[in-house]
This record gives sequence, structure tokens and C-alpha cells, in this order.
Amino acid sequence: MAMPLESPITFSNVSKVKWWRRGIFASQTGYVLLALLVLMVVMHFASPYFFTEGNMQNVAKNFSFIAIATLGITFVIITGGIDLSVGSMMCFSAMITSMVMVELSAPGLAFVHLAADGKTVVANVPGLIFVISVLAGLCAALIVGLVNGFCIAVLGLSPFVTTLGMLSIVRGLAYVVSNGRGSFPGGPDADYFYALTSGDVLGVPAPFIYLMILAAVMAVVLHHTSFGRHVFALGGNEKAAELTGIPVVRVKIEVYVICALAAGLQGIIISGWLGSAPANMATSYELNVIAAAVIGGANLAGGIGGPLGAIVGCVLLEVIRNGLVLAQVNSYWQQTLVGVIIILAVLVDRIRSRMT
Amino acid sequence: MASADTTPVLELSGIGKEFGAIRALHDVDMHVHPGEVVGLMGDNGAGKSTLVKIIAGNFRPSHGEIRFGGSAVHFNRPIDARGVGIEVVYQDLALADNLTAAANVFLGRELKRKFGPIALLDHKAMASRALELFGELRSETRPDDLVKQMSGGQRQAVAIARTRLSNARLVMMDEPTAAISVRQVEQVLGLIHRLKEQGVAVMLISHRMPDVFAVCDRVIVMRRGEKRADKPIHETSPEEVTALITGAKEAA
Repeated sequence: MAMPLESPITFSNVSKVKWWRRGIFASQTGYVLLALLVLMVVMHFASPYFFTEGNMQNVAKNFSFIAIATLGITFVIITGGIDLSVGSMMCFSAMITSMVMVELSAPGLAFVHLAADGKTVVANVPGLIFVISVLAGLCAALIVGLVNGFCIAVLGLSPFVTTLGMLSIVRGLAYVVSNGRGSFPGGPDADYFYALTSGDVLGVPAPFIYLMILAAVMAVVLHHTSFGRHVFALGGNEKAAELTGIPVVRVKIEVYVICALAAGLQGIIISGWLGSAPANMATSYELNVIAAAVIGGANLAGGIGGPLGAIVGCVLLEVIRNGLVLAQVNSYWQQTLVGVIIILAVLVDRIRSRMT
Repeated sequence: MASADTTPVLELSGIGKEFGAIRALHDVDMHVHPGEVVGLMGDNGAGKSTLVKIIAGNFRPSHGEIRFGGSAVHFNRPIDARGVGIEVVYQDLALADNLTAAANVFLGRELKRKFGPIALLDHKAMASRALELFGELRSETRPDDLVKQMSGGQRQAVAIARTRLSNARLVMMDEPTAAISVRQVEQVLGLIHRLKEQGVAVMLISHRMPDVFAVCDRVIVMRRGEKRADKPIHETSPEEVTALITGAKEAA
């Protein structure tokens, strides 16, 4: 950033930090992005199918399936917290959405009428059922996020324990409301639902478009609003944040709500792709989401992270998975390799910060 | 600097504080004038921090009255004290390492520009105002450098610049020279002189005798919750102050 004004200070013995030691170039996100590009070039030579349109679409779609939740959890991680309930949250939101959709589509309610043939169910207002059911799913996420935030910010419970409990509570609720069977989006608005979750626009998968929009919004929020500034301050030094008059409790509740909403939205999108919301959906996805965030450079100690890192982490995980399949390596290696990469990414960052 | 005809910026009369059966402070009177640097000294447990916390609004006094700028004030929370113009520079400085100097100066009172319903941070205005403040403090600190990369003296400058932002009339500094190098101590003492030049009253809480004698106009010694001495710096000596702190000399 260039100084836009006449400097009233002369800097005689304080030298400016060199550009390659600042910003993205000195961040873990930068290194991992570089590693990702190298990996993609290697993949290109290893398999002629990697850079085909079909495969790229596939990769874009697959990483979008965890990337929106990763954006959400990045907020929490920047404040120095953690949310283990995202996997369960995905399932629960998806389930509420599809159950509400099915309920509202039952003839007898004001939302639908039977067509002339006496069998086909037609929506009175096309799209209304879809909107209400998605809002219901997000509302469930909102409530869980508020409870998480309340327990952590107001009652002062540890984020790990609170959200570990919530992981179990929300998963249990998903089994209870569906009686363990899961549910399927149906009714007259199901077509909208599938089009908006697993469809594509000019060959670009819809989830990828949502991801890009949300990532752009997140970048603006984190770096150009006082809320974003407070999120970083909270992760950097919580006591300082409190002493300078930042509304710490409110900011904390807000980040857990954002995280839950992102996970809920992600779950709804995944259920559109799966065509159902089974009760065991997205089990242990919280680990993938946290892994992606950490690989992308979010620091679990707080204070560091961003949307680019979240996306880079998700893409890297997906490219590895995809690459192992294309290279005809036993796909069971994937998990092992992901673990190695988590440790390597953090290790490289540690070595770099020791050197400077 | 301190003269009888100016109104004291801060006046305490008969301040006492009990925590249950423990009497932390007893009948403390003191006053600080604009542009005056007062050293507050005393051993651990002498009541210094309780006194500072009462002035900063962390505790309410059990007895006595606080007058600020001539009128009686009651602080329920630190934000009330900050509202009238009392700022505290904490020992650990309360800085967020992962943010830039400018971001730390403006933390909690960011400058914003409205774009319709959305208020975005005004990075340029904050950087230029921070640079001005660092200039006033004559500290070589770049507004867009991360605090993580800064020296102890620069960090102090950032913490002090924060108090200048609100045009504080009284700045209390808790052990600002405790954990930094000799050269940086010089810088911090310089910063205190800058505040004094601008008519800000400073209360320096310190264990370091040389620093107190280098910058303070007056020294107040606390012992066992009571004020034992309140003397212009040129009428006392480090030996006398040491004696007062340890109790070798009861009062002066």
C-alpha cells in the first residue's frame, strides 16, 4: 500500500518491510496457492483428462460442496474459536428444508391445489414453497448458531466442548425428526430446488457461483467493515478487543451464527445434489471443512484467515482426490495424503516464520 | 508546569476502597493539573493499581469523591471514564498483534464512509490520521505495518497514539518502561514529554526510579493503601522515595 500523503516523519532507521515479505506473499495461503498451481501443472502432465472441461466442472462442483461451509467456519477460526457442529448442521438444515417442502406440498394446505386430472399437485404460487422451505432450513441453522454463540460468548463455555456437544445434539435431532430415515425434497417446487442447487449456468455449476459471490462478500466484510476488523482483533488479542470497547459478546455470537448459516446453506445445496437428505448425511464433514480452512492458512490460534485461503484449501483437497483417481492410485490413500498435507502446510508456515 | 491558578484536571478527595474485610485504599486525596506528569510509586500491594482502576472506572470507590475538570463524576464502567477524557495505557498495551498500527489506533472507533446503507472502513483517512499522530509523538512508525513486526517503543507509540485520538485530558500509563530496552525507554519518556507539551496530564505508574525522576514533575508514594508522600520531584531524592516505599520512612 503506497502512502498517499506527505510523511511528517522521516524513517531514518526503520526500514519498510519488503513487498515479498508482506501480505499474501508472506502468508501460508500464498505458499499453498503456489503448491496448488504446481500440483495442477503436474496433474496436467500426469493425466490428459485433468484439464478437460468435464473434469474441471466436476472439480469446481465438488469443492464447492464444502467450500461455503469453509467460508463460514473461517470467521469462527479467525476469532480463535472452532465449530465442530458444521457437519451435523448441514444434515439438519437439509432435512428441515426437504421435510418442510414435502409437508407444504401435501394437498389440503393453502399452498397447492390439484390439477384437473385429479392427481398432479400444482403450486398456487410457484416458488413460494421453495422459498419457505429453504428459509425454514436456514432458520434452524440460525437457532443452532445462536445457541452456540450464547453458550460460548455469554456463558463462557469452551468453543470446542460446546460445539462438540452441539455436533451430537443436532445429529440426534436429525435422526429424531426423520425417525432415522432421512427425507427427500418433493412436491411441485422440487424442480426449482434441483435447478438451483445442482444445476448450472452456461456450464458453470450453481454451487460454484454461490461460492464466488459469498467469497467476494466475505472479503469485503472482513477487510472493509468494522465488523471484520473486530473479528480479527478478537482473534489477535481478545483482552485488547474488550478494553478498546469492541462488543466482544455480540461479535462472537455473530460469527457462530454466520458459521451455522453457511453450514446450513451448504447442507441444503448438498441435498439437492444427492436428491435426498439422509440422516447420516455429511457425517464427519466438519473435519474436512476444518482441514480445508487450516490448509488454506487459517490459524487455529486465531487472528489469521480469509476467503481466498478457505477456497484454496478446498480446491487443494479436491484436486488431490481427483488427481489420485485419475492417476489410478487406490483412492483410500486420499485420507492419508490429506493428513500429510495438513501437517506439511502448517510446518512450512512455522519454518517460514522462524526464518524471518 | 503545575500552578495553583489552573483547575486541576483530576481531583480525588477522601477516596477509600474496601474489598470485604480488606481495606485496599484509605482516605486518598490527590490532584493532577493539565500538562503535569505525576509519578505514582509504591510496592506491590500498596494500592496503586486499585487507585488506577478507580480512576479508570473499573471499580467504584467505597468512599470519597472524584472530580474531573472541576465537576464530580461517577464511573460505572471504563467506557464512562473514557467518555470524559481519561485513557489508560495498559502494561501489556492491549494491542492486537495481527493488525496494522493504524487499525490498532482506531480499534473500536473506526472511521467509516457511507455507501448507501453500507458503511465501509475509510482506510486512507485512518492511515493519514495515524501518521499525523505518530508524527506528533515523533515516533518512526508506519501506519500500515503490522504491530507484530514492531519494537517495544513503537508499540508504546501505537498505544499512546490511541489516547491522542480521543483527545484525552488524562493519560495513565501502567509500567510503560517495564519490559523494554534502554533505547526504547528513552523513546517512551520522549512520548511522555510530547503528551505534556500538548497539555495532557500524565500519571506514570512505575517501579523504575530513574524514569520517574527523568520525566515527572511530582511524585506520589503509596504504602499500605495510604498516600504517604506528595512532593515536587526537585524537593525529593530517589533515596527518600525508596525509604518511603519500603516504610523505612513513614511519611513526608
